[in-house]
Amino acid sequence: MKLILTEEQQFLKDTAQSFARDKTPVTHFRELRDSDNSQCWDDGVWQEMVELGWSGILVPEKFGGSEFGMAGISVIMQELGKTLTPSPILSTSVLGVSAINMLGSDDQKENYLPKIVAGELTTALAIDEGNHHDPFAIETTAILDGDHWVLNGKKVFVVDGSSADTILIVARTSGKSGESNGISVFVASKKIAGLDVSKISTADSRNYANIEMSDLKLEQNALLGEKDLAGETIEKILDLGRIAISAEMLGNTEEAFEVTINYLKERKQFGVQIGSFQALQHRAAKMFCEIELTKSAVIAAMHAADENSNELERLSSLAKFQAGETLHLVSNEAIQMHGGIGVTDEYDIGFYLKRARVAEQIFGTSEFHQARYADISGF
Amino acid sequence: MEHLEQFRQEVRDWLEENCPPSMRTPLVPEEEVWGGRNAEYVNPESKLWLERMGEKGWTAPNLPKEYGGGGLDRDQTKVLHQELFRIKARPALNSFGIWMLAPCIIEFGSEEQKREHLPKIIKGEIRWCQGYSEPGSGSDLASLSTKAEDMGDHYLVNGQKVWTSYADKADWIFALVRTGPKEPKHNGISFLLIDMATEGVSTKPITLISGKSPFCETFFDNVKAPKENLVGVENSGWTIAKKLLQHERNFISNFGLAGGGTGSGADVVNIAKKYLGEANGQIANPAQRENITLHKMKEHAFGLTLQRSGDEGAKASAASSMFKYYGTEHNKDRYELMIAAMGNKGLGWTNEGFSDDEQAITKAWLRTKANSIEGGTSEVQLNVISRRVLDLPN
Repeated sequence: MKLILTEEQQFLKDTAQSFARDKTPVTHFRELRDSDNSQCWDDGVWQEMVELGWSGILVPEKFGGSEFGMAGISVIMQELGKTLTPSPILSTSVLGVSAINMLGSDDQKENYLPKIVAGELTTALAIDEGNHHDPFAIETTAILDGDHWVLNGKKVFVVDGSSADTILIVARTSGKSGESNGISVFVASKKIAGLDVSKISTADSRNYANIEMSDLKLEQNALLGEKDLAGETIEKILDLGRIAISAEMLGNTEEAFEVTINYLKERKQFGVQIGSFQALQHRAAKMFCEIELTKSAVIAAMHAADENSNELERLSSLAKFQAGETLHLVSNEAIQMHGGIGVTDEYDIGFYLKRARVAEQIFGTSEFHQARYADISGF
Repeated sequence: MEHLEQFRQEVRDWLEENCPPSMRTPLVPEEEVWGGRNAEYVNPESKLWLERMGEKGWTAPNLPKEYGGGGLDRDQTKVLHQELFRIKARPALNSFGIWMLAPCIIEFGSEEQKREHLPKIIKGEIRWCQGYSEPGSGSDLASLSTKAEDMGDHYLVNGQKVWTSYADKADWIFALVRTGPKEPKHNGISFLLIDMATEGVSTKPITLISGKSPFCETFFDNVKAPKENLVGVENSGWTIAKKLLQHERNFISNFGLAGGGTGSGADVVNIAKKYLGEANGQIANPAQRENITLHKMKEHAFGLTLQRSGDEGAKASAASSMFKYYGTEHNKDRYELMIAAMGNKGLGWTNEGFSDDEQAITKAWLRTKANSIEGGTSEVQLNVISRRVLDLPN
């Protein structure tokens, strides 16, 4: 496994970079935040991404996708992360596609994947139920009642939950909370009785929802794949999600760092550029080192996913851990090094801090992944 | 390609005939060969191996044949290394002369200097040490004050060097001296070769916090150095010094990453399980397990970064500062975690109450403290990253 991009992946990254710079600079996010757009991403921008083929990067060719792999979608996420570009790419093109493709029957794939590729359908993965990410702590129940499934329970902090056309609900069909056995995944259209989606308002001004299922009745074919057996696959899907968001967080980090370094070169106090102060230089140099480590962890994880490496779990946790730690550090230092202007809403750097903390929570904090890494490694 | 394969066969045949059997076994520290006038050979085959390799010039394969080198081109040198590696041959000679000085003599030395010094370096007849740092000049090397006064046919040298590795065993020293006391500090330095047997040269070993070390102090008391031993032009020695430092940093950076040369090879997780005990197969103390996990994750990411740098074929200079900084700080951290996991067993000094391995870890822990100082401190590396990579102002 070489820790570099192929020519095609680099080309995709360059395309995404131009896209983010030209079409969705940070002002785009600011406008969305200040608008009354409740889905927090722009339909037109998403359609342009769809036209570039980004919605179908993980979709098999026979369903209209490009099979460009995790490296492909990760470099796009990284570039979009630089300008904080909101889109349903994580919830739909990574999580939705992976869940349907890994768990679903041919009919289900045929039913959903081409629509996702075409930009006609967005999805959200409803998994967490508590204040902290805990993939198997599932208390939502699904019981087969005659020819229907009946679901009851609550999901929280569902990424893109309020905008998604279709919700993928992780529910327990047997066993008890905490067990990986007995977990199943259901597909539900948002506009259905018994499914109550309420948007929550978060610091990063993106789209999350709490979702309540009260006697939600679903057809038998709403079950994705086999009953009880989704646990292991859910972990794999989450790992892909973790790698993708790690790439986005790397992009957040790189941009916040670059903006800050530029500020250190411009801002003058005591008659000199503040970047000449060693107290700031050494902190900047240490951040540089951590960013280099993050780049390596992310690229190793995305290649591991594409090569079906047995190191995927460890590398995914390493990537999310390192991306989280580094973004945490850089988002705090960016504010501090900007001084007063850094804590004003008028200036963009604060957006990176707000996005950072939310992204750190998604699919497990650094502490979560530290514990997971230790367990996998047998420490 | 064909001639290269022919060369490989020649190398193979020659090694088969000339590399003594014990030189194909793992190196034991007492049998390391550094050459020199006073070299002692615990194993007579080490001496034989050095003589044969030296005769061939293969101790310095890429140096020109006319000065005793191997005269090999880059591809041939690679083949030689591959073949030596294939039979697990020990290095015939460790030499600051070859690693640091010879390239500078080739670039800056006179024809006489090349003929005089290079063959002896390559054959391991003369052992060299490096006289750079002084008690008052560490990170600010160019402020050095050992002076060399022009006395017509010779320089009169007075002053002191410090951190001179193996000065007590070396035959000659390459030293930075001040010949232009009135010039701006970088412009008054010269690069001078001094025979350690000259009257007025003395050395004194330095004991580190970890115990015995190869480091020495070196004193010059009215030492007469013939003028023909000046390399390059008077007062322009700083250029040579910087060139030589590059060779040294590469060398020390690897040294630091490998555990300061005194590493026990012990893994922190195994140590922790042994000394803290296990609970359900895990390191029993949760807080230490957490600290160790953090360390191992950083190590994993750092290892991937080294790999990525190799895959990218990145330019060395900026990356080497990061690796020197991160690698040595990380190594210090590893030993702190190790002795913390060992509890009172991590604090042994002699064998009364402690195993050899335990003492080795304690000594190695202390030795790592120098990793982030030698070869440019961590702070100097951070300065380099700030200025050269991030382009922050002075």
